[in-house]
Amino acid sequence: MTNTADLLINLTGVRKAFRTPDRSERLVLEGVNFQLAEGEIVALLGKSGSGKSTLLRIIAGLIKPNGGSVLYRDKTISGPVNGISMVFQSFALFPWLTVKQNVELGLEALAVPAKERDERSTKVIDLIGLGGFESAYPRELSGGMRQRVGFARALVMSPDVLLMDEPFSALDVLTAETLRGDLLELWLERQIPTKGILFVSHNIEEAVTMADRVLIFSSDPGRVKAEIPVNLPHPRDTESPAFKAIVDEVYAIMTQQPQRAAGTAAEPLSLGYRLPEAAPHKITGMLENLLDPQFDGKADLPQLAEQLELPDDTLFQLLEASRLLGFIHVEQGDVHLLPAGRAFAEAETAERKKIFAEHLLHHISLASHIRRILDERRDHRAPENRFLQELEDYLTDDEAERVLDQVINWGRYAEIFEYDYNSGVLSLPEADEETDGAAPPPSESAAAQ
Amino acid sequence: MRRTIIPATISFGPDIRPNAWDLVALPLVLAVVWLLSFGGGQMSTPYNLGDALPMSLDPSHLPYYLLRSFLRMAVGLVCSLLFTLVYATLAAKNKYAEKILIPILDVLQSIPILGFLSITVTGFIALFPGNLLGVECAAIFAIFTSQAWNMTFSLYQSLRTIPHDLEEAAEMFHLSPWQRFWRLELPFASPPLIWNMMMSVSGGWFFVVASEAITVSGQSIMLPGIGSYIALAINDKDIYAIGWAILAMLGGILAYDQLFFRPLIAWADKFKFETTPGEEIPTSFLLDVMQRTRLLRFLASAPAFLWEVSLPLFRRRHDGLGRPAMRRVNIPWFDKVWNIFLALVAAYALIKVGEFVKTEVGMDEVIHVFLLSLATATRVIVLIAIASVIWVPIGVWIGLRPRVAQTVQPIAQFLAAFPANLMFPVAVLLILHFNASVEIWTSPLMILGTQWYILFNVIAGASAIPTDLKDAAGNFGLKGWLKWKRLILPAIFPSYVTGAITASGGSWNASIVSELVSWGDTTLVATGVGAYIAQATAAGDFPRIALGICMMCIFVMLFNRQLWRRLYRLAEERWRID
Repeated sequence: MTNTADLLINLTGVRKAFRTPDRSERLVLEGVNFQLAEGEIVALLGKSGSGKSTLLRIIAGLIKPNGGSVLYRDKTISGPVNGISMVFQSFALFPWLTVKQNVELGLEALAVPAKERDERSTKVIDLIGLGGFESAYPRELSGGMRQRVGFARALVMSPDVLLMDEPFSALDVLTAETLRGDLLELWLERQIPTKGILFVSHNIEEAVTMADRVLIFSSDPGRVKAEIPVNLPHPRDTESPAFKAIVDEVYAIMTQQPQRAAGTAAEPLSLGYRLPEAAPHKITGMLENLLDPQFDGKADLPQLAEQLELPDDTLFQLLEASRLLGFIHVEQGDVHLLPAGRAFAEAETAERKKIFAEHLLHHISLASHIRRILDERRDHRAPENRFLQELEDYLTDDEAERVLDQVINWGRYAEIFEYDYNSGVLSLPEADEETDGAAPPPSESAAAQ
Repeated sequence: MRRTIIPATISFGPDIRPNAWDLVALPLVLAVVWLLSFGGGQMSTPYNLGDALPMSLDPSHLPYYLLRSFLRMAVGLVCSLLFTLVYATLAAKNKYAEKILIPILDVLQSIPILGFLSITVTGFIALFPGNLLGVECAAIFAIFTSQAWNMTFSLYQSLRTIPHDLEEAAEMFHLSPWQRFWRLELPFASPPLIWNMMMSVSGGWFFVVASEAITVSGQSIMLPGIGSYIALAINDKDIYAIGWAILAMLGGILAYDQLFFRPLIAWADKFKFETTPGEEIPTSFLLDVMQRTRLLRFLASAPAFLWEVSLPLFRRRHDGLGRPAMRRVNIPWFDKVWNIFLALVAAYALIKVGEFVKTEVGMDEVIHVFLLSLATATRVIVLIAIASVIWVPIGVWIGLRPRVAQTVQPIAQFLAAFPANLMFPVAVLLILHFNASVEIWTSPLMILGTQWYILFNVIAGASAIPTDLKDAAGNFGLKGWLKWKRLILPAIFPSYVTGAITASGGSWNASIVSELVSWGDTTLVATGVGAYIAQATAAGDFPRIALGICMMCIFVMLFNRQLWRRLYRLAEERWRID
């Protein structure tokens, strides 16, 4: 690996921070070292928001890093490079161009003559299994076929390095599997000139199926947390013990707590903690599943994922939410139902809400903060912008909005506060205000409608 | 799914022999070319202010007049398109330009169109002494101002909202700015732009008619065209001639729609970024003919050839390796300097305007014009309210019946395009006949042409109410007022607001010609800022024209900001049916 001549991509100490005009910067990537050698496929895994996509775009030359060096064959990348091509999660096809015109887009930009363009695009279109659809418009194609156009468009450039940003996540399971298989076949049989593939994934099994190495990212700031080599021959049997062992290991690492000794009480969350996206009813569903006899309060993560039929990233969000709320404990890729979680899962709706409210106020500082402000205010109302501004000290605008939406969703379920969409005002539930006694009656909390 | 679409670039097919469709298309194309060159030649005939232009009320001259009016419209549209491409692109790409260009555009679209005419006509005449081209330019400029602003806004909005992933793909695949514009930006912006063009032309007929017969400093000039024909008919009290003009206009608008916009819209359908299922695919007979014609396909390969030639010329030279490409320097203090500069210019302009008002007209006049504007504002509000009360129930009734809607919708759109000022003489006759109040009964003229925007938008909104919502309402027994309150009104609200905004803007514009109407030597004047501007224009009193226009502009802007924009945002956020 020390022979840099073999390295397609070489990143050292890459750092990226996004800065909003008047606020302090938010660190997305820090100290990222990464090498892509000839002949390997590497997968990037990590929670959403861990900066995987940002890293991919830095290599693509779409985003400039704030520090560190980004080399392609020993030369600095400062913009999109000819030897590097990309496949997008959303396909990013031009809907007004035919399949063929889409595929030839990059060749046009290089001013390749029409005749050569035609030859190259026809070849790739046939190779990727789009023959016969040259004159079709993207909207006439199914999702799988559209992504094939995305692949053809990238491969027609004969790239050294192929970058893929969650290329299969917008497809259904069967389509994704077929496309994955086809790509792997082209790669293994050396039918494409590509020398290295780097892809971002949300799906652990997908990553282990395809990659020679899996990199796991930690978040805030994103850095490489672990690197797991996958030395299994292709085609890989997803049922084999060796395969399962690797998948288990990845799950364990991904749910590992950062440097916090097990047993010590979880430190209180900061106000700006990026709360995971998890609907209360999904949390309930997962905890109920853990009560099942086959798990009896303790489950192996891959098994739980299979049972719930949830995408990995959704599962991780649910797990984190449940953990934050003090319902479960995750260790070594196993999830343990805590007594509170068991009580919550076994309770009736009203009781559940009570437990949820207690845990929400106790563990999620943003929820308790909002509730305290509302309690203190004479009319028990506060505009959401007040809290958004607070959150924007820690988060980007979009993230702040998302986090506040999440806590409002939980707060509504727990009935610890209410939210009026029209006015954007948070308020105490009416029942709570009456018991409060001292406060004047609500001015007009149900003004709309 | 049947699709007939012209490919964006056409490969040079070997077969260019004529086929049967060529027989249809060829005469058509030749005729259009001949008409354009003939009409164009007529535009630049010698002329001196005061010369009487020969105009005749003989109906046999009408096709020629129609051609001249059409040509003005076409030139105005081309100018608007060019303006749009340059202005909107600049505003969308350069943040310093954006800071000043967008507010300017906002003001420009609030200025009454005929105000532009009043202000610029003398300048244009001076520009081409001894030639009719000056007056022609003034009329075209007025038409241009009635079309350009909304098109520019549309393109600017589109350029700002290009999907991020497509931008990244364009970047990733090394598209040059040139390729990017033709392959990504313009196609993405096309459907709303073409829609706005159609709206512009629809609104533009009114101003074609209004701008052909101009009175400048007591001299009345009549450009050959349908508007002058009408003006002459009014002067001569010839009711039959007015009937002929109305008929000719009907035919003309229909032809414009069929020969130009339907093919354009059917063709632009492929640029739609996403299609809603069940949406009708626009079709056009003419487009079908053209796409089957080998000759036209051959002609269309010329742009494809130019495209091929242009690619190497504009290609991006730099491959993102090694030394970074020219990085855009971002100097933090330049923003501040720019802002201060803009503020200073604005302050200077304000002081100048203040001085001007003080010396030329005086404060009393300003207050007088303010009160006149209030009168006009009252008219606009009352009329929009009345039109809404009438057309919303009718529009909903029609919209909920797909069969009826299919027949009525084109008629409503056509009525919106029809220049209502052709009907003014009829109204004057009625007012005179019944000896009715001028203050009240000239008012409906303001909304005569623009009320249709409310109708056809409401029809569109009501037809688009999802079937499942209607089924659910039926299932739960929603009836009468409850059904209106819970289903219909919320569902049509966004489209109603769109229609009402257009209607309101149009009414302000129309006030200049509708508060002062005449028949022969009888002139009816209502109290309002529109009549004030019209009188000042006739007298060539520049300071008063400017004052009237400024005041109206301020009123329109206040209306837009305080009322319409809020309603629009509310409709977007709260009542949009996804």
